[in-house]
Amino acid sequence: MTPPILKVENLRIAFGGVAAADGVELEIAAGEFMAIIGPNGAGKTTFLNLCTGYVKPATGSVLFEGRDITGLSPRAITRRGIARAFQIPQLFAGHSLLENVMLALAARHGIRQVLAPLDREAYRVEGRALLELVGLETAAGQPVSELPEGMRKLADIALALALKPRLLLMDEPTSGVSAQEKYALMGTLMQVLKTEGITALFVEHDMEIVRTYAGRVLVWDSGKVLASGAPEAVLADERVIRSVVGAV
Amino acid sequence: MLQALMPLLVDGLANAALIFFVAVGLSLVFSVLRILNVAHGSFYAIGAYASVSLSLWIVSAGLSPWLTLPALAVSAAIVAAILGPAVERGFLRWTYGRPESLQILVTFALFLIFEDLQKLVFGVQSLYQDAPVQLFGTSEIGGILYLNYQLVLIALAVLVVVALRLLMSYTRFGKLMVAVVADPEVSQALGIDTRRVYMAAFTLGVFLAAFGGALASPTVGVAPGTGPEAIVLAFAVAAIGGLGQIEGAALAALVVGVVRVLAIYFAPEFEAVVPYLVMLAVLLVRPYGLFGSVRVRRI
Amino acid sequence: MPIVVLAVLAALVALLPAAVPWLRFVFIITIASGFAALGVAVLLRAGLISIGHALFYAVGAYAVAFLMRATGTTDLFLLLAAAVVVSGLAGLVVGAFMVRYRAIFFAMLNLAVSMVVFSLLSKLYGLTGGSDGMRVATPTLVGSALDREAFNAVFLYVVIGLFVAAGILVQLYFRSPMGEALAAVETNEVRLEYLGVSVRGVLLSAYVLSAMLAGLGGAIAGIAIGHVVPEMAYWTESGHFVLVAVLGGIAGPAGPFIGAIFLEVLRTLASGFAAETWNLVVGVALLLVIFFLPEGLYGIGAKLFRRRGAQ
Repeated sequence: MTPPILKVENLRIAFGGVAAADGVELEIAAGEFMAIIGPNGAGKTTFLNLCTGYVKPATGSVLFEGRDITGLSPRAITRRGIARAFQIPQLFAGHSLLENVMLALAARHGIRQVLAPLDREAYRVEGRALLELVGLETAAGQPVSELPEGMRKLADIALALALKPRLLLMDEPTSGVSAQEKYALMGTLMQVLKTEGITALFVEHDMEIVRTYAGRVLVWDSGKVLASGAPEAVLADERVIRSVVGAV
Repeated sequence: MLQALMPLLVDGLANAALIFFVAVGLSLVFSVLRILNVAHGSFYAIGAYASVSLSLWIVSAGLSPWLTLPALAVSAAIVAAILGPAVERGFLRWTYGRPESLQILVTFALFLIFEDLQKLVFGVQSLYQDAPVQLFGTSEIGGILYLNYQLVLIALAVLVVVALRLLMSYTRFGKLMVAVVADPEVSQALGIDTRRVYMAAFTLGVFLAAFGGALASPTVGVAPGTGPEAIVLAFAVAAIGGLGQIEGAALAALVVGVVRVLAIYFAPEFEAVVPYLVMLAVLLVRPYGLFGSVRVRRI
Repeated sequence: MPIVVLAVLAALVALLPAAVPWLRFVFIITIASGFAALGVAVLLRAGLISIGHALFYAVGAYAVAFLMRATGTTDLFLLLAAAVVVSGLAGLVVGAFMVRYRAIFFAMLNLAVSMVVFSLLSKLYGLTGGSDGMRVATPTLVGSALDREAFNAVFLYVVIGLFVAAGILVQLYFRSPMGEALAAVETNEVRLEYLGVSVRGVLLSAYVLSAMLAGLGGAIAGIAIGHVVPEMAYWTESGHFVLVAVLGGIAGPAGPFIGAIFLEVLRTLASGFAAETWNLVVGVALLLVIFFLPEGLYGIGAKLFRRRGAQ
């Protein structure tokens, strides 16, 4: 049996006495597409922050591909192969969409160049291909600050994909995306993840999306994993309905 | 050693008191308006010029020299009443919410303009009027002679720390300022007239700087170069204390004053460097100053 | 396009002093502060404002003076190269500390460090000559000693050449992955780290570059004036470099240069009717640029160019 791509042991962190992670234990196998659901303030985003080193846990450890990454910086963790997409898109406001993606590509291929231009044939081709994949090719030349929120979310995901990660963590990828575009986005995303062999974990509020796409669901409440398993089973659970559906 | 240190210490603390006035004003303005005012030292210099001019006039007009004492506060109040609203309404408000580099540049431009205006209005020679120091006289404690005026300066600084704390905690204006510092947008939504709070806070900052300058003028006088020197010292002290911290600025001024005395005693050539070395040392350990705190960005 | 502008300007600057010899010194000093302003402009790309770059200006100048006194070196190119290396090293040491800070704190810490150096330069009389400063002899050019007049004539063209070269290199750097990452520091540091890019590494390399540019400017000024003084490190000097950078606009490397020329022209004009109120004139000019030409003088030029190109 292959070891889990991500393994979390006894993770704890509290902010002002409120536990955001309270002894979390979790394993994700390579190739999984897992959703995290739970009421607001349950600690879902904090969990992503803990996994990527933005917040350091009080106790516990995070193992990526069997190696301890606890306490490493977001940069070091990103370099090991974990990419992240954010709830609020994190883009470079002064640059065009294509330039944003090319910066991410340069980060992967080697940023330490001071005389050769960023805007080069190889990056343009790869960048445009990536934008086409997420359906943004027509907006390539636009400043990202002028894009509507849904497109900014996609751009944010494209930056993460440009890194060719082995594990992708996404914070509400479909929030801000219009209802009819949500399914198209998730469909494309699934396709990309499958062909690139990327394991992914995503925080989600839309239960229909979770039901349709997630391979496994993790229910988070008050810093604890309340339930975990196949979507149909978990979403039918009485406690889960009270915790999640009741709160949403 | 104590015999030799004591007069130095009083001197150092009196100096620290003066820097404190400038630093706490700078800090206050920064926390409310979110602008680092490079021209803040100019208010110190202008306050000094105004008070010396007023005192010189009082003495030459043959009025009682005791009038030079209220003149210190009155001149600072006049400077603040004129320049505070004019600078805030005329220039600073156009920069709210703009990049910090731009705000610093605007205030730097104001600094340059004030530098030359001072020369035009007050001339380039150094001015001096020590009637207030003479009036207070000296006292002998343990065989050492002290200037009473310096003791008064130290007491005044303590008084201002207490007064500012009371102002912030117990008055309506203080609470409004605290609210605006915490969240300007919410404050505005709650119906607080943030424009007036900005103007009042800035004017208070100008007054504190001008008052510091006025108080300094009877001991060291005033000359071109006073403003640029005051602002860098005030920066250092405000940063050591943590920007926006009243007690922090007081403690920082105290620390700088004492370390400066030690430097004068042990290594005089390093005296001028002390405030900056203390600042570098403090910020190396606590990047946001002794009392400052970090705001973590939400992602 | 920026390179064309740069070339046209360089040609103008090259021809004018040939016709009017006394302008040579003025032009050399102008370009010297243009170098320092270019250094400041590099950091402005990341949204960082340094009110302390006079430090490196002074380091470059004093490096020349010390090298002359200690080793008797008089070769111009050796002196300039040494100044660049020394100020680069100073930039590495100071920068390693500075890149941890942002915004106001970055500005103030640069100010503090430059004031420490200013104080030391003025107080350590035995080493630095205190406030009297140090003398800098006229350097030799590839082995041949020239008198002041002849040296300045050649020096001007050397300096212009260096500035054009530096401008082109900085322009290439701005367009490179590291340069674009530098601009990205201002807009989103968090994302940059989440792309696996070291923000501190990006900033430190920019800081060293900016220190080298300022140091080269200082070395040029020291050689041209023949004298270095602690005031070269004083904070108001730093303020002037920022001012020159912003006056010119930070859109491209030609900006600081245009800013420096503009300021020098203004100074020359002002000396006629307002020698006592020079700072006042500059302050007002700066306010006008900030409120009415937010892209700086260069930005306005570039806009006009673009519009004409579009028609």
